[in-house]
Amino acid sequence: MSSSVRPDITTLSVGDTIGSRSVVVDRARLVRYAGASGDFNPIHWNDSFAVGVGLPGVIAHGMFTMGAAVALVEDWAGDPGAVVDYQARFTRPVAVPNPGEAIVEVSGVIGVIDLDAARVRVDLTVTFEGARVLGKSQAVVAL
Amino acid sequence: MTSSSVNLDFVGREYPANAPYSVGREKIREFAAATGSTHPAHHSVDTARGLGYPDLIAPPTFAVIVAQRTEAQYIEDPAARVDFTRVVHADERFVHHRPIHAGDELVTVLTVVSITERAGLAMVTTRCDIYALAQPDAAGKPATGQPDDAPATELVSTVTSTLAVRGEGL
Repeated sequence: MSSSVRPDITTLSVGDTIGSRSVVVDRARLVRYAGASGDFNPIHWNDSFAVGVGLPGVIAHGMFTMGAAVALVEDWAGDPGAVVDYQARFTRPVAVPNPGEAIVEVSGVIGVIDLDAARVRVDLTVTFEGARVLGKSQAVVAL
Repeated sequence: MTSSSVNLDFVGREYPANAPYSVGREKIREFAAATGSTHPAHHSVDTARGLGYPDLIAPPTFAVIVAQRTEAQYIEDPAARVDFTRVVHADERFVHHRPIHAGDELVTVLTVVSITERAGLAMVTTRCDIYALAQPDAAGKPATGQPDDAPATELVSTVTSTLAVRGEGL
């Protein structure tokens, strides 16, 4: 899927899709992200701790979901360094069962095109069990 | 009691640049693998250089590693009264002036931007300004004519993060 070919901004229209993907999240994935990111908050790997602070169980790091979602934009842009601005709100947790897996669905459309600045804004839709888990998830891409 | 106990006196506080974080190739590869960022610019030095970068580039959210280390100076200060068992991450934003790449030595200045309270919830917003130290030239001298004891820095990324802290009645 990855390539180093950048989209031609002059051929894009607002509303164009950049594609979609499913992200499979299991406990091993969360442990791996914890180690890679240095975020060892036990709500992301310890059920009894998570329940003790009022959660239904272990939940994914919001930053994991945010990082996994933008990978779609990186591949579409052809150059991860073209993502110059990226933001999200964490609106719902992604509960990750054990055993089992959570499936997060990611898709993106072109929200804004700025030809003068040679930038586009990609608006991501990131859902789990049919509900959005990221709000205002927007990536600005320099093309 | 429904109000948050977060210490409002910390608003506006700035923490000076902390110890440098050295960005390594294997850390970039590890982080990219963890988030499923398979673009070869995170994994292949040849690809990254072919795109015009000096080395492997970091995924867009890699800077969270540096930001969370920096934010810990504030959040883990008992005087700040941020109860981590009552915290959820509310939002995050990365603005990149250039991609972080392997070989960067990053230092970060932390600012507590705001603490707003409503309905027993405290929204705590911090900003991390992440700078790359100038790389010494081949002769080992600091770049761009800065004094030897004040290496030049370049603003690379700004990370803004908001935590929501539940009050004790919630």
